[in-house]
Amino acid sequence: MSIRTIVAIVFFSILAVFFVFTALMLSFGEPKKTDMDDYIIMHTQNETGTNSGVTTIVFDYRGFDTLGEATILFAAVSGVIMIFRRVKK
Amino acid sequence: MSEMSKIVRTLSNILFPFIMIFGLYVIAHGHLTPGGGFQGGAVVASGCIMLLVAYGSTWVFEKIKTSRLSVFESLGALGFIGTAFFGLVFGGWFFNNFLVRNGIIFNIVPKTGSTLANFNTAGVLPLMNFSVGVKVIAGLFVIVLVMGYASSLKEWKQ
Repeated sequence: MSIRTIVAIVFFSILAVFFVFTALMLSFGEPKKTDMDDYIIMHTQNETGTNSGVTTIVFDYRGFDTLGEATILFAAVSGVIMIFRRVKK
Repeated sequence: MSEMSKIVRTLSNILFPFIMIFGLYVIAHGHLTPGGGFQGGAVVASGCIMLLVAYGSTWVFEKIKTSRLSVFESLGALGFIGTAFFGLVFGGWFFNNFLVRNGIIFNIVPKTGSTLANFNTAGVLPLMNFSVGVKVIAGLFVIVLVMGYASSLKEWKQ
């Protein structure tokens, strides 16, 4: 066997061991922690004064996610304008 | 693109104000009802795109400029980040909801539990909804507008 085959066999066996152990460690749906959900449901109206909890999560609790989404939209618009730009002669 | 037939143009004329009102309602009531800046902006932008399809990009390009729309898109992004920075200045950290309880506007806190929706609640969330709405309107519309321009490039060179 060449050294390339040996390296490939070792690599893929390590990868298979990782996948099997990850699949065996957690059963599906575990862990059943609902602390974050309960906290948001109980404290949203008092902390942020909003009736809509989803908007609160999007713009307040997870504001950085929305900032990244806005950045992605900006990058997409810039890319489209750059691709379809007018060519000067 | 050239313009479509008179039936399509009349129908889009009739539908356009209703789409605008619905989209602006979704943006303005983002902190009370399902939806928000992104969804309402997509509705308004699709209404504008319906006009673009019905009347043709040549007609639309005589009315508005792409660069002006990109200015609106950047203004929306600046408003969003600016509101977050005002939280840093007035409240102590980035994205702080500084208008709740002691702001000038949007300062009412509802009782915990199921309450009636009050428009004057939620602190900075309506402002952020508005900036994201402006940004999404201009962004989605300018994408389709530039593509329509590229499709009619030969007409423009003459």
